[in-house]
Amino acid sequence: MTTVWNKPLPSIVGETKPFWDSCRRGQLMIQQCDDCGEYQWYPRGICANCWSENIRWVQSGGRGTVWTYTVTYQNRTTGFADMVPYVLALVELEEGVRMFTNIVDCNPREVAIGMPVEVTFQTATPQISIPYFKPAG
Amino acid sequence: MVDLRRAAAIVGIHEHVTRYAPDKSELQIQGESVIKALADAGLSKADVDGLFTASSSVRNSGMNLADYLNMYPRYVDNTTVGGGSFEFHLSHALTAIAAGRIKVAVITYSSLARSGGVSVGTGGVGRFGHPVLDPSPDSFEELYGLTTVGLYAMIARRHMHLYGTTAEQLAEVSVAMRHHASMNPEALFRDPITVADVVGSRVISDPLHLMDCCIITDGGGAVVVAAPEVARNCRHTPVWVLGAGEAIAHQGAGKRDLMYIAAHQSAPRAFEMAGVTHADIDMAMVYDSFTITVVETLEDLGFCEKGEGGQFVSGGRLQVGGALPINTDGGGLSSNHPGMRGIFLLLEATRQLRHQFAGTGRQVEDCQIALAHGTGGALGSRHSGGTVILARD
Repeated sequence: MTTVWNKPLPSIVGETKPFWDSCRRGQLMIQQCDDCGEYQWYPRGICANCWSENIRWVQSGGRGTVWTYTVTYQNRTTGFADMVPYVLALVELEEGVRMFTNIVDCNPREVAIGMPVEVTFQTATPQISIPYFKPAG
Repeated sequence: MVDLRRAAAIVGIHEHVTRYAPDKSELQIQGESVIKALADAGLSKADVDGLFTASSSVRNSGMNLADYLNMYPRYVDNTTVGGGSFEFHLSHALTAIAAGRIKVAVITYSSLARSGGVSVGTGGVGRFGHPVLDPSPDSFEELYGLTTVGLYAMIARRHMHLYGTTAEQLAEVSVAMRHHASMNPEALFRDPITVADVVGSRVISDPLHLMDCCIITDGGGAVVVAAPEVARNCRHTPVWVLGAGEAIAHQGAGKRDLMYIAAHQSAPRAFEMAGVTHADIDMAMVYDSFTITVVETLEDLGFCEKGEGGQFVSGGRLQVGGALPINTDGGGLSSNHPGMRGIFLLLEATRQLRHQFAGTGRQVEDCQIALAHGTGGALGSRHSGGTVILARD
C-alpha cells in the first residue's frame, strides 16, 4: 500500500543530513560538544553553548519523559486538519535536551506530564523517516 | 549607562478604528494613522526624521513604507520580532533621539489579518507565508503540527501542572478584558462574559479554549515620539519614556526552562533604567495573545511570584479599580488583534497617562506611571519581550 505523505517535510542541508540519514536507519542522533561536553538540540553546525566547532554525533537512548504537551483540536494546515485531535509535546530526553514531537500510538487523553516515552519512526518518503514518541514499553 | 530617562516622549497617537478593512491596503491604513497621529501631536510630515515599522506581510517594510509615504527618513528601523516589535521600536527611538540623531520618530503598523482570512493562531506552517520548511529550526518543529495556540497551550499545561493554576483562573483574564471592552466603543466584542462562558467555549488546544484566545481583526495605528524640546511644544502633555528593556527567549539548544519568559529578562532592565518600582506602576498594558500570556507575563514582570499568577489575576484585580488594572481598552482578547498588537499597548498607556477618559469608568484614577510589555512569537518555542515604562509629565 502506498501512503501519500501530506504533512510538511523537512528540508535537509549539510549540517542536518547526518541526523536524517540516521533516522532512516531507525536511530535518533543528537550532538555533543567535545570541548564543553554539552548535549544540544536541534542539530547545528556549531556548539550552541561554547561556540566550538568540535561537535560530534552521538546516538540517543531514545528514551525520555513528557515535559509538557497539548492536545490540539484545531489546525487548518493540510495534513493536520484531518489528524485532530493529536498530541503536540516537548519530550525531555534522558540526555537532558527537550525536543518537539507528537506522542503517538496511544489515546491522547492518556498522555500526562512526566510520562515515560520512547522514540519510534514513521516513513514519510523513501528518503525521510520522522521520529515520534510513544509510551515506553 | 547614559541616563535615558525622559530623553524622549510620546507626543502623538492614533488608533485606526477599523476592525475590518477589505477595501484598504496595509500601507493605506498606516498612512492614515501616521497623518492623524502627527495631527494629534501638532506636527507635520516635514518634522519626521525617523521611521519605525514592522510587518509580517510587507516585504522590506521600512523601505516600502517610506516609498508609500513619499518620505526620506534619516533613520529607519523595521525590527520585526512579532507582536512586541513596537516596544522594541520605542526603545530604539529613545536611543536614537537621546543620541541626537533624530528629533521626531514615527512608529506605525497595520494588518489585514481578518479580511485576509489569516489563521493566525491555528494555521500551522504556512501561516506566515513560508511554504517550505527552513532547515532549522522549522524542520525539527513544524513536522509536528505546531500552532501558535498550541505553543501557548503547552506552557499553560505545564503551569497548571507545576502550580495548580486552573482553567477558571485563566478565564478571569478574559472576563476582565471583556469588562474593559464594554467601555470601549471601538472594541469588537463588548458584551460581558463570565468565567463559565470561557471554560464552556470549545477547546482549541488543550487547555486553552476559544475564549482564552485573542480575536483576529484588521487594524493599525501610529505613535509619534519626540525629543524634549519638541515635546514641550506639542498639543498634548508629553508622555515620557522612563525606561525600556528588550529580550529574546528561546529553547536554549534544548535546555532553557521556558516557564520563565522573555519578560523575566526585559523587565529588570526597564525598571533599572526607569528608577521606579512595581509599587509605582498605576496600570499596565500586557500583551494578551492568550490568557496564559498575561499570567506568565505578570509573574515574570515581577508583579507576583512565579506560580502565583493564577491567583493574582482572579477576583477582578485586573479591572480598573483593582490591584493592577491592565489592558483598559479590552486588549487583544476583546478589542482588536491585527496580527501583531504591541503598538496598541503604547496607544492605550498614553491615553491613560493623558487622563483622556477622566470622569468615566475606563480611566485609571490618578494615573502617573504605566508599564507596557509586548510579547512576540510564541511562549513555547521562541519569543521576544519588550518592556517600556512611561510617565505623565
